[in-house]
Order: sequence, then C-alpha cells, then structure tokens
Amino acid sequence: MDEDNDNLFAAQIYEADSYDAVQERCHSSRWTDGLPIIPPTPDLVRKFLAEALIPSHHLVGVEPVRERAITAEQLAINAVMAGCVARHFPIVVAAFTAMLQDKFVLHGATSSTGGCAILVVINGPAVQFLGIDPTFNVLGSSDRATTCVGRAIRLSLQNILDVRPGEADRSTLGHPGKISFCMGEDEGNTSWLPLAQDRGIPSNTSAVTVFAAGSPRQIMNEWTTNPEEILDTYVSEIKASMLNYSIHSGDWAIVIPPQLRAHFEHAGWDKRQIREYVKKNAWVMRKDWASCGKRAVIANQGERKYFALKSIDDLLVIAAGGPAGGFGAVIPPWFGKTSRATTMAIGACVDCEI
Amino acid sequence: MSIKFLDPTYKRNITDFTYAPRLESFKDSVVAIISNGKRGTVPFFDCLETELKERHQVAEVVRIIKSNYSTPVDSLLLNDAERWNAMISGIGD
Repeated sequence: MDEDNDNLFAAQIYEADSYDAVQERCHSSRWTDGLPIIPPTPDLVRKFLAEALIPSHHLVGVEPVRERAITAEQLAINAVMAGCVARHFPIVVAAFTAMLQDKFVLHGATSSTGGCAILVVINGPAVQFLGIDPTFNVLGSSDRATTCVGRAIRLSLQNILDVRPGEADRSTLGHPGKISFCMGEDEGNTSWLPLAQDRGIPSNTSAVTVFAAGSPRQIMNEWTTNPEEILDTYVSEIKASMLNYSIHSGDWAIVIPPQLRAHFEHAGWDKRQIREYVKKNAWVMRKDWASCGKRAVIANQGERKYFALKSIDDLLVIAAGGPAGGFGAVIPPWFGKTSRATTMAIGACVDCEI
Repeated sequence: MSIKFLDPTYKRNITDFTYAPRLESFKDSVVAIISNGKRGTVPFFDCLETELKERHQVAEVVRIIKSNYSTPVDSLLLNDAERWNAMISGIGD
C-alpha cells in the first residue's frame, strides 16, 4: 500500500477492520443496491484507471441539472464495487460519456417517475475480448462482463448523482433492468451490420449504445417464416405499449434472436428493411385509447395518428439471444423522444484538447 | 486485518456557495415562477400568481416555461433575471 499515492485520490479513504465491516458500512450508507460489493481499495481503483489509460481526475462529463462534474476516479470506485475487473472499466467510462451527452438527458431519464433503466449495448471486438455472451438469457445476466458493467452504471448513478430510490430516483415502479441492463450484440452469428456501425461507428471498433429503456416486452411467433408477419408481432407489441404507456414517438429497440433472424436473412432482409417496415406500420390512432381505458383523454383528436418512429434511424435493431425459440423482445423508450439513444466508441474522448 | 476503501459518493465543494439576499417582504417586488412545462403546473402556478399579487402585493409575476422538463432552464430565458427580486422553482408534476 502506498500512502503517498493514496493521497492523490480526491475521494475520502476509510478503514475498516474486516471485510464484513466494509459491507455493512456500504449498505448502511446506501452505497449499494442491496447486494454485496467488492471493497474499492486504492490499489484496485488505481488498476482500473491504468487499464483505461486515464488519470483519476479525468473529467468524463458534467451532469448539468445537478451540476456535478463526473470524474474517472468516481466511476472506477463504483465499477470496483460492482464486481467489474479492470478490463471492463473502459466500457463503463464510454457508457457514462455517452450518457452525459446533452441529448441523452441523463437527469430526466434517471429521476423520472416513469422508471426506465439505462440499457447498454456493446458492439465490436470488445464483445469477444470481454467474454460477453450475446446468446442464451441475453437480457438477464448472460455473462460476467455485462452483469458487472450494468451494475457499475447503476451504482455510479446512485453514488455520484444520488439516483437512489426515493432520493433522485422517483420511479413509481422501476424495473429489474435497474440492477443491471447490459448486453452484447451477436455480431459473429449474423450477416447484419452491427448496431454501432449502423449508427455511424467505423467497423471493427468497439462501441457502446446507451438507451433510456422501459422494461423489455417478450413476443413469440413460431408459426410463420414470412418477415412481414414476424414483424407484425413486434409491431403489435409496440402498438400495445404506445397505447398502454406512452403514445409519443421515440427510439425503440427490438431484439431478434437466431431462430427468427434466420427467416429474415433467408429472405434477404437487412436491418434497414426491418426499420422501414416497422416505421411504416407501427402507428396508432388517438381514438384507439378507447380500447384500453383512456377514453377520457381522446378529446376531439381521435383521428390523430401517432407513429412510434419519426425516422427509420430511431429503431435499434439488435441481433442477440439464444439459438432456439421463436421469441423476440421489444424495448420501449422511457418517454417518447425526451431522451435519445447515444452511441460512443470505447476510448473516444469527447471535447478533448488536442 | 485492516481494509482501506474509497468513498464512492460525490462530495460537493460548497465553499464558494452563497445564498441570494433574503427578501424582507414581497411588496412591490418582481417574482419569477419557473415551470418545468408540465400541463398540471399551469393551474397551480395560476393560483400561486394570484396569491402573490393579492395577498403579498407582488408588483409583477414573470412566468417562465422550460423547453424540456428534464434539463436546466434555457440560458436565454434567464437574461432578464437581474430584474427579479425572487424566483420560485422546484415543482415536478
């Protein structure tokens, strides 16, 4: 242990006489999500910063509503606590950098009564390098890296921005993705362009896409091989969410596992065609609210038409999931286009002085 | 065995933070009300404006509506702030 190096940290250093004492100190201070944490020792935090090649005082970004400057040191401490290993840390930094872009509206997305979680989608060589498994159980802790990175995002929000239930987090319900919501894309098992590349990142570059996401809604259609019919099932779920939750257009994500993906690829459909079909067909009329108990707010605008997507680019199509089963998932936005999905290359420096 | 560990929370440096001067009275003052733009705030702030004028003799109430309820007030809307004696904010839904 190097006392002089420890003094370089901005964070206060505590001492406890046992591993259990660290746990209880962290739990009682509301620094955890209820699960045990790894004690963020100075040595581990230094190791994380070294892995990302950034100094502790590196400014990752500023959250403008709470006026908080977020540094690499703060993220590293929380990433250690979440169970990350050092090589996961650059993903956490990239995700937070993306979350701190203006269009993501981090404060709203993390404090709203709407209760969304931050979905992180990882693309590029990092998926294989980190041992990410974008197949079985992909939306629910499929591997160590995604589970820990997702948890690091949540603990960082809690501890750096006070996004704790009942404090800055005003979610009425929230959803299980708030513990950890991170996945890789199954790039090696599809001919489709990876999500990040679709969103402007060069090929063979690791990147993250962050998305203020409602809870995933699972669909199933094993009774057709026709791409339009498969997409009609996704579209039906999107329409239901528009009527039952928010009717306003925004970014949406759909997850397409291999069994359904095979039908698209066999028919020669790429992601662009999928986005075009969903853009064209995912719409509802305001008068449809009558079917779900919202007649009172139709007013005299019943004939008004609402599209889920303003542009085909607003649909995030993600190839992922286990090999068997005609399942898929629709992941709705937090609230219309209030927050926009943001993609960032891992290791990219925003607003850096050159 | 002793374990050293780092505090994971944000610590604000408040040494350069000072409160604005408190008002002795609202009488003849200019008060701004900043709404986050949610529809439900309109009748609430209408009522508050009436109360400020009728019960506290506020001379003028300036109503500001944010363009996005989840972001800070647009700086252009604050150009006039030097003229205000007080500002009211902080409502959610």
